[in-house]
Amino acid sequence: MSREREAVNSWLIKNASVLGRRNADIAITDGVITAVGEGLDAPEGAEILDASGLVALPGLVDLHTHLREPGREDAETVESGSRAAALGGYTAVCAMANTSPVADTAGVVEQVWRLGRDAGLVDVQPIGAVTVGLAGEQMAELGAMADSAAKVRIFSDDGFCVADPKMMRRALEYVKAFGGVIAQHAEEPRLTGGAQMHEGEYSARLGLAGWPAVAEEAIIARDCLLTGHVDSRLHVCHVSTAGSVEILRWAKSKGWRVTAEVCPHHLLLTDERAATYDPVNKVNPPLRTDADIEALRAGLAEGVIDAVATDHAPHAAEDKECEWAAARPGMLGLQTALSIVVKTMVEPGLLDWDGVAERMSRTPARIAGLEGHGLDPAPGVPANLTLIDPNASWTVVPNELASLSRNTPYSAMTFPATVRATFLRGEATVLDGKATK
Amino acid sequence: MITHLLSAADLDRDTATLLLDTARQLGAALSGREVKKLPTLRGRTVVNLFYEDSTRTRVSFEAAAKRLSADVVNFSAKGSSVSKGESLKDTAWTLQAMGADAVVIRHPASGAAHRLAQWVDGHVLNAGDGTHEHPTQALLDAYTMRERMGRLEGLRVAIVGDVLHSRVARSNVLLLNTLGAEVTLVAPPTLLPVGVESWPAGVEYDFDAVLPKTDVVMMLRVQRERMTDSFFPSVREYSRRYGLDVRRAGLLPDDALVMHPGPMVRGMEIAPEVADSPRSAIVEQVANGVLVRMAALYLLLSGEKGAGE
Amino acid sequence: MADRVRNTPEPSRELLSEADIGRVVDRIAHQILEKTRGAREVTLLGIPTRGVPLSVRLAERIRSFEGVDVPHGALDVTLYRDDLRLRGARPLGPTSVPSGGIDGRRVILVDDVLYSGRTVRAALNALYDVGRPLQVQLAVLVDRGHRELPIRADYVGKNIPTSHSEKVSVLLREVDDRDAVLLAGGEPQKPSTGGDK
Repeated sequence: MSREREAVNSWLIKNASVLGRRNADIAITDGVITAVGEGLDAPEGAEILDASGLVALPGLVDLHTHLREPGREDAETVESGSRAAALGGYTAVCAMANTSPVADTAGVVEQVWRLGRDAGLVDVQPIGAVTVGLAGEQMAELGAMADSAAKVRIFSDDGFCVADPKMMRRALEYVKAFGGVIAQHAEEPRLTGGAQMHEGEYSARLGLAGWPAVAEEAIIARDCLLTGHVDSRLHVCHVSTAGSVEILRWAKSKGWRVTAEVCPHHLLLTDERAATYDPVNKVNPPLRTDADIEALRAGLAEGVIDAVATDHAPHAAEDKECEWAAARPGMLGLQTALSIVVKTMVEPGLLDWDGVAERMSRTPARIAGLEGHGLDPAPGVPANLTLIDPNASWTVVPNELASLSRNTPYSAMTFPATVRATFLRGEATVLDGKATK
Repeated sequence: MITHLLSAADLDRDTATLLLDTARQLGAALSGREVKKLPTLRGRTVVNLFYEDSTRTRVSFEAAAKRLSADVVNFSAKGSSVSKGESLKDTAWTLQAMGADAVVIRHPASGAAHRLAQWVDGHVLNAGDGTHEHPTQALLDAYTMRERMGRLEGLRVAIVGDVLHSRVARSNVLLLNTLGAEVTLVAPPTLLPVGVESWPAGVEYDFDAVLPKTDVVMMLRVQRERMTDSFFPSVREYSRRYGLDVRRAGLLPDDALVMHPGPMVRGMEIAPEVADSPRSAIVEQVANGVLVRMAALYLLLSGEKGAGE
Repeated sequence: MADRVRNTPEPSRELLSEADIGRVVDRIAHQILEKTRGAREVTLLGIPTRGVPLSVRLAERIRSFEGVDVPHGALDVTLYRDDLRLRGARPLGPTSVPSGGIDGRRVILVDDVLYSGRTVRAALNALYDVGRPLQVQLAVLVDRGHRELPIRADYVGKNIPTSHSEKVSVLLREVDDRDAVLLAGGEPQKPSTGGDK
């Protein structure tokens, strides 16, 4: 691949299956889609890419990514995480605030935003902290972050729950002024002290302190009620239990502005994984049961859960190659998310490709307020696209992932669907399944 | 034979029985002898890797290894940072480089023995990992019960106290079930794990109702920190409902056995008169510990594949 | 060690019958009485598995011939073997030393087959960890040769010259279903690693 890339943002993508529905060519000129149809002529100076057999989706959008920069550049950087995202089919990611220093000021969010622009692989949209230092005590300067160059709209103390109901109420109210949303890590801390894994049969057997489902559900119920009361917007991070799905269904039936995301690992893996005591399976909220998986898949199909988000959480080797209790929670997710959604949702017939676009691109872009993302291919739309080979399969090799960390629970597992190409405003960030920079 | 002894679940009925039989033969072979030492593990190295203070368990393993003529290296890791995980992996590599044939590990984190077994080639014996398991304690308890009661099959065993945080309870439930005993757990509901219904054991909250139907009662230790974390209202109330006092001991069948993995909180968990009565097996439990640990070391360490030439 | 006979598919030939074994045990009992002047200070220690019933039979014969009660017991040598790392953990046999102990006693070790001598070596080491006997003698039902150590028996029921590839199996009623000494094999096979009988 020695072709000069920088100048090329005009393409003719030939014969792609657009949203898995109809075969068409997609013409891109200067980063914008100019035509979608059969037998198109190549725009001037365009490269031609034969996409026969590939599905074209709007570029995926991740509502929940930990890029670790600033602070833990040994685990991930904005650039390495952006590369992993592009390889996973993403054109935009929302970077969580729990960096060091915490993204609780306009200065830090702008720094992350600029690092993302410099890397140029995906649009990195910073999430701001709700409280100073994620400490839950003093509200961060949400307005300043909203007004900054980063235009922050999602605020989250993720990693920690905004546990104090008064703080949560105030935050929900305050962000209404600038169209913000509070993304809650739902975990009642008084019920999860020292918790290591899902509380149930396996925690009892393995002697690991339990993280009960009710600790998530109680906070979601409370926050839905608060959201309804103050008529604000709540987004629930990484929903992991069947009970949470039921509460969300009820809250939505009230017309409250509540959205929710689910992580790929919660659609696939169960708490049985803890039995090896390998902390690569330790994540927060924890892996749960088959019944939860079933409810989450159904909720995602139904739309009670609006979006899939990765909770991509890279960790350095020393934070995972240790005793379970000493390990940090979290797992890589950006490069495996699409394949797991195909495996858990598309293959069983719960979602079609348009449904994948809805849950992984259009809806998350709408929740995050990202302009130019999550839009179906059509004339005049920025060319943020991903091309997927639905018939290919691949086997996860941790060392081959683009992340600086290796903490994937999927090592040696084989998954359907590969990302062949990703375009960010007409520029190919991934071609032939490889990052271009 | 098995490679490691990490959980009582590693032992099927035949292996567990072989282990207890071996312990018994070792006891017979050593009784009344001048030389309390066997040459069996001469030239092999057993490392005692203790991240927690536990003099009785460490000494028991040390005596067991030495009576089989193994070289014993005591590696007390307490005080070195446990919150930093590298220490266990780095230590594992050190032990690997030393050529440790077996590592006996005591660690405050559940699963630490499993992790160690993933990193070293030698045999790993779990001498207690967090709130997970303590399989050799269960073996010595089963050995003591079998010696005193003559059988394990059909024996009705009540395990009483802080089941939630007890590695002894977990290992005993698994092993006793494997060996055919019927286990009943007796505790306040706050000290039973969610998910206990999946264990091969019954659950009762009423100690008095269980006692007349019990052949062996095993009293678990209640750690001090539980007393201030809302697991029960007060020491007095706990003792009144779940302590083995003289009146309760009187509800037991005449030939019933009283056990405690120690160290005991006399008065709270068990009345001194009960702990020191002839039906108590608390002292012989200690002596039997050396025998079962010898048996475990012998069965794990002899006959390593590819060794010897 | 004659459990092995159950795994031996090849046809075997009977070297000693039940009656032969009875006569041989009688003869060894007489020889012991003769050589130890009435079995004075004698303690019989059988090596498990089949040395133990043999020692019991010898004690019974000695009592019936002379009315002497000879203390007898069992001495397991498994933990003293030099081939544990080659062959894996084995279940231990019983050890029971008569209540008077072995200090100052004339200990006669009893085993079914004498072959490489390694079992006897292990037994001697085991014995000296138990106490300090006045003298140690060895009685075996069958001596099949091929010694790997400077060891000989004081009492031998029958000398049976064999090749390494053959198998000698002693069956005793107390352990097996009948009394017999069988010889099997003869075709070339891998040489013994020692400790075999």
